[in-house]
Amino acid sequence: MDYFSEGLARAVELLLALDPETFSAVWTTAAVTALALGASLIIGLPLGFALGHFRFPGRRGVRLFVDWMLSLPTVVIGLIVYALFTTYGPLGEWGLLFTVSGMAVGLTILGLPIILSMTATAVESTDAALTQTVLSLGADKTQLLLATLSEARFAMALAAASAFGRIVSEVGIAMMVGGNIKWHTRTITTAIALETGRGEFATGIALGIVLMLVALVVNLLVALLRRRAG
Amino acid sequence: MRKLSLALALVALLAFAGSAAAAESILVGTTTSTADTGLLDYLAPKVLKDTGLDMRWIAVGTGKALEHGKNCDVDILMVHAPGAEKKFIAEGHGVSRTEFMFNDFVFVGPAKDAAKIKGKNAADSLKSIAAAGATFASRGDDSGTDKLEKGLWKHAGLAVPDKAAWYMQVGQGMLATLRMAAERGAYTITDRGTWIAFDAKERGKSGLVILSEGDMALRNQYSIILLPPTCSKIKHEAAKKLQAWFVSKTGQKAIGDFKVQGKQLFTPNAGK
Repeated sequence: MDYFSEGLARAVELLLALDPETFSAVWTTAAVTALALGASLIIGLPLGFALGHFRFPGRRGVRLFVDWMLSLPTVVIGLIVYALFTTYGPLGEWGLLFTVSGMAVGLTILGLPIILSMTATAVESTDAALTQTVLSLGADKTQLLLATLSEARFAMALAAASAFGRIVSEVGIAMMVGGNIKWHTRTITTAIALETGRGEFATGIALGIVLMLVALVVNLLVALLRRRAG
Repeated sequence: MRKLSLALALVALLAFAGSAAAAESILVGTTTSTADTGLLDYLAPKVLKDTGLDMRWIAVGTGKALEHGKNCDVDILMVHAPGAEKKFIAEGHGVSRTEFMFNDFVFVGPAKDAAKIKGKNAADSLKSIAAAGATFASRGDDSGTDKLEKGLWKHAGLAVPDKAAWYMQVGQGMLATLRMAAERGAYTITDRGTWIAFDAKERGKSGLVILSEGDMALRNQYSIILLPPTCSKIKHEAAKKLQAWFVSKTGQKAIGDFKVQGKQLFTPNAGK
């Protein structure tokens, strides 16, 4: 009944034996996370920056909307994306249901508000302090923008890390849109849900440890990059 | 929003293009019991060898599986809720329903059996449980097992005790429900396969035992259902081929050969 030691031992066993099922899930998790995080960053960083930097009518409303979307439950995202992608749904033509790409779309909806909101907030707070200094030094608008960008980069990295954490650990969207198909759309988290449902608690914990190790490797790499950049 | 959805689509399409399939795959919409017991894992390589089909499955509750079928999101269905299936067919969502195997349900409960259901048939067991107000764990998730249980209450001439304090609607899978029943000393109805797996895992020390079994009303019939031509994009030929395999001699024998903890779980009964 000692799930922790049993789980730890099993995790080591799965990793050392290069268990194909586990590695398939790790690979799917990596692929889906990379896609979703990539899309969230590509869309979210520029838009979030614009949202924080520029003053335009309706900005507060957009800000409120983005913050509101942070509370969107993943199960609801899963249902919405399912409804869009189901064979005769509005986007059924795309054939994305029960695919890695389909999951990535759902997870992008999860990650995007995080990037948008955190980037906008970071830019807003640097703006306030920075604008006066930079403008008093005789900078023009482009230079102000660049200065803000450079000041906000660590906050943006934090936004990326937060979104990564949410996306990599998500289970509702992955289950509903991916379908937890063995060898194809089974991620580490849906595998954990499956094993838990089967009563294989130790294996569930083992997979949890594997997930945390993957996340650790990613965080270490990011830290390394930051040190190089800094 | 437009920009956003365009970018999303682009990312999605790029990834989709990169994941081309090799062998012909077929997507089975099925219930947790066929997957959780390991039956499909056991059959998949045999199916691949005999038919060249790479069988993949989405294992969910019967309600959700039928919904996937209704939406033409899977190629074929393998489910176990005859009542709901017949309605599904009558509404034109499915065709050529073929029964191909069964397992059975059993009443389990605390060994001291306060409601005294031991040896009683299904209807009398439920009556005793209701009369004693003994805690009963219901799946409550619209799964095949849940539908069967709800049907049994009706069969016993009782209303489903939806709001009774002793009627615990778990809303989770069978193993989770058994675990909760064990923790709370509750009665429940489970398919035998999941029970064997659960009991083996708990080394017989869960506190739950089989109290009532063998009633024909507790038979759990599985069938394969094909989807109608209106589902224009699914793999009809592959689905037919798979259905044929399951009712063939080879397929039927393979189902009978599948064992968990040395016990046969499913009885093939195609064409009977």
